[in-house]
Amino acid sequence: MRFTVRLCLCVALLGLALAGCSRRETAVAQGNRTGVFHCSIGSEPTDLDPHIVTGIGEAKVIHSLFEPLVSFDPQTLKPAPALAERWDVSPDGLVYTFHLRANAKWSNGEPLTAQDCVESWRRMLTPTLAADYAYLFYLIKGAENFNKGRTADFATVGLAAPDAHTFVVTLLQPAPYFLQILLNSPWRPVNVRSIAAVGDAYRRGTPWTRVGRIVTSGPFMLKEWSPQEHLIVEKSPTYWDKDHVHLNAIVFYPIDNIDAEERAFRAGQLHVTYNLSISKIPTYRREQPASLRIDDYINTFFFRFNTRHAPLDDARVRRALSLAIDRQLIADKVLQGGQRPASSLVPPEMPDYTPPAPPLHDLDTARRLLAAAGYPGGKGLPALELLYNNSAILRLVAEAIQEMWRRDLGIEVRLANQEYKVVFANRRTGNYQILLGDWVGDYLDPTTYLDLWRSDAGNNHTGWGSKEYDDLMNRAAATVDVPARADLLRQAEQLMLEAAPIAPIYFNPHVYLKQSSLKHWRPSPMDHIDYRHVSLEP
Amino acid sequence: MFRFVARRLLQIIPVLLVIITATFFMVRFVPGGPFTAEKAIPPEIMKNLEAHYGLDQPLWRQYFTYLGQIARGDLGPSFKYSNRTVNEIIAQKLPVSLELGGWAMLIALGLGLPLGVFAAARHNTWLDYVCSAVGMIGICVPTFVLGPLLALFFGIYLQWLNVSGWYGPTDRILPGLTLGFVYAAYIMRLTRGGMLEVLNQDFIRTARAKGASETRIIFRHALRGGLLPVVSFLGPAIAGILTGSFVIETIFQIPGLGREFVNSAFNRDYTLVLGTVILYAGLLVFMNLVVDVMQVWLNPRLKFE
Repeated sequence: MRFTVRLCLCVALLGLALAGCSRRETAVAQGNRTGVFHCSIGSEPTDLDPHIVTGIGEAKVIHSLFEPLVSFDPQTLKPAPALAERWDVSPDGLVYTFHLRANAKWSNGEPLTAQDCVESWRRMLTPTLAADYAYLFYLIKGAENFNKGRTADFATVGLAAPDAHTFVVTLLQPAPYFLQILLNSPWRPVNVRSIAAVGDAYRRGTPWTRVGRIVTSGPFMLKEWSPQEHLIVEKSPTYWDKDHVHLNAIVFYPIDNIDAEERAFRAGQLHVTYNLSISKIPTYRREQPASLRIDDYINTFFFRFNTRHAPLDDARVRRALSLAIDRQLIADKVLQGGQRPASSLVPPEMPDYTPPAPPLHDLDTARRLLAAAGYPGGKGLPALELLYNNSAILRLVAEAIQEMWRRDLGIEVRLANQEYKVVFANRRTGNYQILLGDWVGDYLDPTTYLDLWRSDAGNNHTGWGSKEYDDLMNRAAATVDVPARADLLRQAEQLMLEAAPIAPIYFNPHVYLKQSSLKHWRPSPMDHIDYRHVSLEP
Repeated sequence: MFRFVARRLLQIIPVLLVIITATFFMVRFVPGGPFTAEKAIPPEIMKNLEAHYGLDQPLWRQYFTYLGQIARGDLGPSFKYSNRTVNEIIAQKLPVSLELGGWAMLIALGLGLPLGVFAAARHNTWLDYVCSAVGMIGICVPTFVLGPLLALFFGIYLQWLNVSGWYGPTDRILPGLTLGFVYAAYIMRLTRGGMLEVLNQDFIRTARAKGASETRIIFRHALRGGLLPVVSFLGPAIAGILTGSFVIETIFQIPGLGREFVNSAFNRDYTLVLGTVILYAGLLVFMNLVVDVMQVWLNPRLKFE
């Protein structure tokens, strides 16, 4: 019997230990009281160096730490003063003069000057740093030559600081999106002196982004960083607009599992999640619509066709495939997560631009085109292979379209599912027929989508190129007048959609969960947040 | 005994060398590299990136450079975490995985051993059936089902515990239980089986005939032999708990090495893949050695030769 007694004792002890736990105040309730915002960022930041990182999670942290030259008004999305109090643009749209505010400071107390901006962008463009996004800076005069090592003379780059508070940028071509591209991480100035104090400022791997070393300029400063646990930023006492910052601190959580994140939200550990699993959207819509956020986002899902080989070298076949996709059905019945069917590649959020609107679904034309290409009813067309990476959402889309093409066009399609880096490697070598993927724009302008299809573009991968398209894009790039530029871009997109090296499928929104205590939460379609405005209600 | 251990320790070196060589070349031949991403970067920038990490050198030279590096105890910089070294990452994450494994092992042994002994002692009674059923359930229910269920109950309904994170002592409870429960089930069944086998042997009958108490028979006579299957299971189990904590670390978002180990392969973080493989391989080989030594101590029929 002594075993039974011991067993009972063990069970009783375990019960006592658990009873010792009691319902506690959740992190969210405590945060609402103390002004601490708990935010999930999806995955562990690879670094906090604005020049090196490329991810969205990192950007969320960096945007709390580093101030941009120009921010945006959350209501109108128009540019708003930040480091720069005001700015002038030359009539030809090439020279931007930023007048920096005199009270802008680094977190170590030093004033933030125009020379700091020049030094920061110089670091970004230095070849030895090998910054992934340096090519975005190529719109600055001379930047490409300097970054590609064709010249070592930085004076050839169109950056100047005539005095401590004037920063002058000369562009290669007019770029109406230039002010809002400044919101992205690599454009936010860093303090190069403080990096050089830690090690080589112009090489990767210098550990300057650690607590105690990192010098920042934004509304918050880095307090604690324990990898894969959390990252805490606290309100900065040196920030120029500190009186308008409502939050006292933000805790960022690198939760890389979409289900764990949703559990943490329900357990009151998070104010916002990074994403929401597509399977849970209908339930939240039904039972907790107040927590569900579906924000517009510039993210288009589309097919790339490999136009180098038959039968996809024939534009009629590609267009037939595109027209046979029932995009409305995919958005409404297959995905059910706020997606919008896309007949153009450029999402409708782009300012001053209306994308062309070819038909979403037209089976008659599709069948006619296929017959004209020599494959009436799909006869004679060899089986096609559709490649996608192993994501649950892409699988749903691929399976639905496989069935549409089989049923409506009589085309057999094999699905091939590979790990994402393998997909990218195959894409680069042209080792695919039809590839399902997406593109997130880098800035709010059609060119972030349309530049991809220039014949020499590094992200084209379709083998398609058209001199006429390149000409239209070049003419648009040289045009200052906004409506005239938009018209040229629209012609280019129309031309590209007719040649159909790609087939747009749907525009993807950003779906996530948000606690109702979080106020003034107004992300831009680029998912930028100006943390100054965000506040919490007890 | 000393010669046995020394010889086995020396054998570890060629084993590790083979593992390092195989891993080094395998990760390199996998399609995609550390800088393969959705947005392709211009070839000039790629060239600078590769030069920075020495990837522009011929592969055989990279291999020997790497061997020289690890001989000095330097596992190199991580490709993904651009300002961290692999040594740093392992130093940060390994203790977390070890702690998680420690709690899980404690729970596994603390539940599995007594229940196994208990079930064997009450062989073919309802208590035995209950214990065996619990053991069967433990083996059948995967951690990715048990973990979220526990999180749902204790974290979301009762709100007693965090459903993710590794901040305070209470955050050890759910992951420890989840990971420990499966192993507890195995240990329970192995203990029960081992004990039953021993309890049917002649020397136990002799002990009974001499009038020894049931407690004395079990703890004094049967336990040592009954634990043998458990001990041989412990080697792979400890290695499994350490390397296999990936699922638990993901469910409960624990900053352990298991996640780095798996994710480094997806990220093609060459140095981190190699660093974690070397570490885990070393641990595995070492654990097997410890188990062999323990087996000899427990089993009088074996000798160190």
